Amino acid sequence: MTYKVVHYINQFFAGIGGEEKADIAPEVREGIVGPGLALNNFFKKSDAEIVATVICGDSYFAENMDSASDFVVEAVKKFGADGFVAGPAFNAGRYGTACGAVCKAVGEKLGIPTVSAMYVENPGVDLYKKYTYIVSAADSARGMGKAVPPMASILVRQMKGEAIGTPKAEGYIERGVRVNKMYDEVGAERAVKMLIAKLKGEEFETEYKMPVFDRVTPRPAIADISKATIALVTSGGIVPFGNPDHIAASSAQNYGEYCIAGVDNLEKGKYQTAHGGYDQTYANEDPDRVLPVDVMRNLEKEGKIGKLYDYYYATVGNGTGVANAKRFGTEIGQKLKGKVDAVILTST
Amino acid sequence: MKLELQKVKITKVVFGDEFSVKNGVLTVNKQAIIDYLSDDDRLAGVDVELAHPGEKTRIMPVKDVVEPRCKLSAGNEVFPGMIGDVDTVGEGSTLVLEGAAVVTTGRLVAPQEGIIDMSGPGAELTPFSKTCNIVVVLHPVEGLENHNRETSCRMAGLKAATFIAQQIKKAGFTADKVETYESPSYKDALAAYPGLPKVAYIYMLQTQGLLHDTYVYGVDAKKIIPSMINATEVMDGAICSGNCVSACDKNSTYVHQNNPIIKSLYEHHGKDLNFVGVVITNENVTLADKKRSSSYAVKLAKTLGADAAVISEEGFGNPDADLVMNCWKCERQGIKTVLVTDEYANRDGASQSLADTCPEGDACVTAGNANATITLPPMDKIIGDIQFADVMAGGFFGSLKEDGSIFAEIQIITGSTSEVGFTKLGAYTI
Repeated sequence: MTYKVVHYINQFFAGIGGEEKADIAPEVREGIVGPGLALNNFFKKSDAEIVATVICGDSYFAENMDSASDFVVEAVKKFGADGFVAGPAFNAGRYGTACGAVCKAVGEKLGIPTVSAMYVENPGVDLYKKYTYIVSAADSARGMGKAVPPMASILVRQMKGEAIGTPKAEGYIERGVRVNKMYDEVGAERAVKMLIAKLKGEEFETEYKMPVFDRVTPRPAIADISKATIALVTSGGIVPFGNPDHIAASSAQNYGEYCIAGVDNLEKGKYQTAHGGYDQTYANEDPDRVLPVDVMRNLEKEGKIGKLYDYYYATVGNGTGVANAKRFGTEIGQKLKGKVDAVILTST
Repeated sequence: MKLELQKVKITKVVFGDEFSVKNGVLTVNKQAIIDYLSDDDRLAGVDVELAHPGEKTRIMPVKDVVEPRCKLSAGNEVFPGMIGDVDTVGEGSTLVLEGAAVVTTGRLVAPQEGIIDMSGPGAELTPFSKTCNIVVVLHPVEGLENHNRETSCRMAGLKAATFIAQQIKKAGFTADKVETYESPSYKDALAAYPGLPKVAYIYMLQTQGLLHDTYVYGVDAKKIIPSMINATEVMDGAICSGNCVSACDKNSTYVHQNNPIIKSLYEHHGKDLNFVGVVITNENVTLADKKRSSSYAVKLAKTLGADAAVISEEGFGNPDADLVMNCWKCERQGIKTVLVTDEYANRDGASQSLADTCPEGDACVTAGNANATITLPPMDKIIGDIQFADVMAGGFFGSLKEDGSIFAEIQIITGSTSEVGFTKLGAYTI
């Protein structure tokens, strides 16, 4: 069989015009246009061919990202493509961003492999490298000859279901995505061999580079805590009994929002923990141990705080990826913004 | 201290009227095992089933996996402080039924943990699809308090494994191979191989409470300060698992008995390095405990004169802080480190993998991203109870499909991302 590929390029590479034509709306042409010729020479060697080319003005795409992306997705679908290639965009910022965006949209909506190519400093790289393979290209079209073979190779092998190697070996920009694989040796032997290399001062490659974390600057202190409305937010998994939002015991994909207006303390049997990462016994016996509603109500009655906010937010911080945790935090922050003066975060 | 492991290779287990081993076939008396384990008033029911590699069988939820062993000489019994007396083990000779394993399952303690598939894609990820499994199905009495429940299920696995080995000892056997390991005195260990770097193993034990505990000579390891242990003591079951939540990276008792880092250090001993000793340390939940244990463990390694250490973590998240403290405290004392961990990089692999970090951690071996997902196809036979899939760590509501298949994170598979490097799974960055 021949694998069908759709190619995305901008108005410049389609030969329509430069900046003065950057506002043209997307169009589809059957077959090859512009740089598609060079790509297709490589595709043909591997039973693949470009069946159609989508062209869009860079300004038009930037101003109509959603609708232009949808247009591209529809075109790719119409041609029954097995793979999608965009660019190369070299150092053209808007073009690079468009290439990244269409690769992401096509990949997510149609589930087919994608590839693009850009200069490493193109803003499209940081925005979209997580979602697609971006071949590391020169900063101008002079680098076309070098960019095309790895683009074709990465796309063809994805379409054939073959594994893609490391960024270094394949020539794409590191996506920062971790992929599991079976090594030739067990982890213990790899560890001891790595240690021997480290001791000898030989070169070794760590299997995981230590992460770098955001640091949050603490907010200034509350001027008058006796007037403050305070919310409780927990990663300790305290939820109404039965876990109505089905928050997973580990690797939570969501969080819950629960009303505690009129609740003076969290009774056993009415609340529980959904968290699988610690001894649940004591949290289930008295959920206030993790989410201290009882103490907050006392402080409220004593006038030491203004008010306990009517809702609390809960997720499970067990095996939950940092990216998900960050998203939950941002969303909860947005919900609380302007409604409370402070938040108490409890863990486990 | 010298330990001889007399290994009998087991390739099949069958039920019979007696206990025997012949041509790799282990015969066990099912009723005798049930009767022996039933002498525990915390258990309302006990059953025993068999599962072999390649069968369309799923065992879940899995509490522990134990290799059948018993002492042949030097007194005492394996699993000191649990089965054996509290006296020192690690000397004399020990019978090992290699290739067999006791797996405990049943209505355990919420959250329910661990899947072992004997065939299919899940089988590729667990070491225990390759063993001939004697599965002990446990039904604790209703209303039993959770900690008691855990203890009775934990003890049942250790008891069954020892009992089976003891019956073979009585019946007679011929060892297929004999392995000898030596734990020399520190005086001799430190004087050996003067030209080679001294390497210690810092062996982190999960100690965070119910279903997250580890026992050393019967002592709850959260109550120890870090300590030296001989590798041969570990082989005799001095370290037992009470620990199975997020089953992918918890060291079952079997993994302790066969710790691959110890094995690998022995293999390189005298050639590339001088393996001078094992330091056990814990992973308690408070900051003071983390500081104390990491400082003390590193001090022990320093006292040994170690030039380098392999550090293995057990678990993730909170223990990442212990791992990182052990790492930078070693490196700042001039002890070079390699860390063995696993990753929680989200299902898409695009998130950071660890919850703590330090620049000194420049040499890291990973057992893979535990958040990666897998579809486990339906099986013909379920041992245990499939209904727990949605509430197991790594599962989620909707994990269990109507046809009996399970869509979940590989976190749910027993031993899939072993942080003592028991398997070949790892990860790389694309």
